[in-house]
Amino acid sequence: MDKILRIDMGADGGPKFTSTPLGEYAGFGGRAMTTAVVSREVPPLCHPLSSENKLVIAPGMLSGTIAAMSGRLSIGCKSPLTGGIKESNSGGQAAQVIARLGYAAIILEGKPKTEDLYKIFINKEGVKIIVDNSLKMLPNYDLVDKMKAEFGDKITCMSIGPSGEMKMNIASIACTDMELRPTRHAGRGGVGAVMGAKGVKIIVLDDTGMSMRSPKDPAKFKDANKRFVDGLTKHPVTGQALPAYGTNVLTNILSEAGGYPTYNFKQGSFAGASKISGETLAELEKKRGGVPTHGCHRGCVIRCSGIYNDKDGHYLTKQPEYETVWAHGGNCGIDDLDAIAMLDFLDDNYGVDTIEMGATVAVAMDAGIAKFGDAEAAINLVKEVGKGSHLGRILGGGAAVTGKVFGVERVPVVKGQAMPAYDPRAVKGVGVTYATSPMGADHTAGYAVATNILKVGGFVDPLAAEGQIELSRNLQIATAAIDSTGMCIFIAFAILDQPETFQALLDLLNAFYGLELTGDGVVALGKKVLSMERNFNERAGFTSMQDRLPRYFSTESLAPHNVTFDVKDEDLDKVFNW
Amino acid sequence: MQITINLFATLRKNRFESDRRQCPEGTTVQSILNDLSIPESEAAIIFVNGRHAGPDTFLLEKDTVSIFPPIGGG
Repeated sequence: MDKILRIDMGADGGPKFTSTPLGEYAGFGGRAMTTAVVSREVPPLCHPLSSENKLVIAPGMLSGTIAAMSGRLSIGCKSPLTGGIKESNSGGQAAQVIARLGYAAIILEGKPKTEDLYKIFINKEGVKIIVDNSLKMLPNYDLVDKMKAEFGDKITCMSIGPSGEMKMNIASIACTDMELRPTRHAGRGGVGAVMGAKGVKIIVLDDTGMSMRSPKDPAKFKDANKRFVDGLTKHPVTGQALPAYGTNVLTNILSEAGGYPTYNFKQGSFAGASKISGETLAELEKKRGGVPTHGCHRGCVIRCSGIYNDKDGHYLTKQPEYETVWAHGGNCGIDDLDAIAMLDFLDDNYGVDTIEMGATVAVAMDAGIAKFGDAEAAINLVKEVGKGSHLGRILGGGAAVTGKVFGVERVPVVKGQAMPAYDPRAVKGVGVTYATSPMGADHTAGYAVATNILKVGGFVDPLAAEGQIELSRNLQIATAAIDSTGMCIFIAFAILDQPETFQALLDLLNAFYGLELTGDGVVALGKKVLSMERNFNERAGFTSMQDRLPRYFSTESLAPHNVTFDVKDEDLDKVFNW
Repeated sequence: MQITINLFATLRKNRFESDRRQCPEGTTVQSILNDLSIPESEAAIIFVNGRHAGPDTFLLEKDTVSIFPPIGGG
């Protein structure tokens, strides 16, 4: 990973690319790379769809090696949804392939002077940027099939669906998985719209002929990897629960805990939770010949994903994630797994963030556009998005836009981004993360749910304000660092509980790069990334007023525990005090 | 007194999803765990009426105990 590929889509005479050494970006990877480039090179006051914005695609520091779990990709830009800096993270094959092709970052710059749509093909030989208007408005599955026919089946793709071409705030970038299906998405923040604004429909990658990246100390690296894998296998969450049930194992526990946002965040428990739970989902998948244990990238040993077949045993979609099942399920009052799976497929095909899409449909239901619980109506609303009808364009703007257009009072967003599957009043640690993360309302940015609900890394009572600031701060710092390594964030369950597994991660980094990083070094990296992000947002016009939840979370209590979000504003402003 | 016990994920194997049963006054969560042969390491998360509880928690009439093994997600 010794090169940066810059593709200027607006160059005179047509798009041009240059390949340069890392320069000032040496040592960065993943989120550290995307944040460094965006904060240094993108004018914070630019329009996110303009030629001044940049789309930075970066594998992590350990991507493309034999290290387990190292396949995560970071995509950064100024977000059309939040107006601040964005790092959107995805699984699938792309990170490893880009890393093995030798690129620490691929940066899309500028904006085409014509209405042409481009495909970009990158392999061992080099880079080809090709006009292909026959791809216009193709949904992701059809698009990838077309690329397979053209380029063979050793490819990996990163693409936008019609949603990204229409520059919707909810547009994602799809990364293909090991089966070459567009099921893993850089979902949050409208990164697909930025790719669409730059006229790029798909990046096709082929690393045939390239080898695994080699560590400075191969023997130490191999040993560290063995200890790392042992730790992941040993921990009950990464070694048993996630492979067996996937992330949707969370439905039952969040509903039991009274923190499961239901009917657009009106109550914290859903009567239909059991019908759409991870336990039910796994049973159903097995019964229909799908699989509940499946990795999204080569080298994943946790295998939290799965395959969902329809009632006739035909492939429908990947195992829907907890956030997707919540957004399209309980949040909309829907308790039908087949409907939810169909919605997941539509989201993947049109290329939209499943969290924002579901949250938006629930806001639309609050507006009376459809009834809570009406699965068919929900499916039709999502189809409007794919069609790009006027209603679809509104919904494609996200929950905040939809709420504004339809006069809805209760819109659960921070910095314009919809809250995910945990009500901040009953899971107060993640509420602090929602309010203060530079990303907007984001659960993975500082996943306090682990300690509030799951008793991983200790326990902090989710219903009380005490301890939440420190919890969110520490997790935001750790996550910013992990997001830079290319490691899947789920390693956190094991490294938070098992010091020897955290040490194995440090040993992997040190053996690869010839460093002597300690835990302090990881903390320093995380703080550096967060500081760059906060600084960008400040220059983009954000103040502490953006680090707040919507007012009604403090004034309206949530059943069954009758709690409000009572973490003080002045304490929220202390999260980044270091 | 009557209580409801809910089990989740791998704890359901060879046991049940939900059960209503009678138990004496002064029953603790620990005695339920013993009855069901659930080792403490497997009863990672315990709720009584939706609030985090522990093996020492005393149960009252009409309480709901929900027990989860170690789980995670995101």
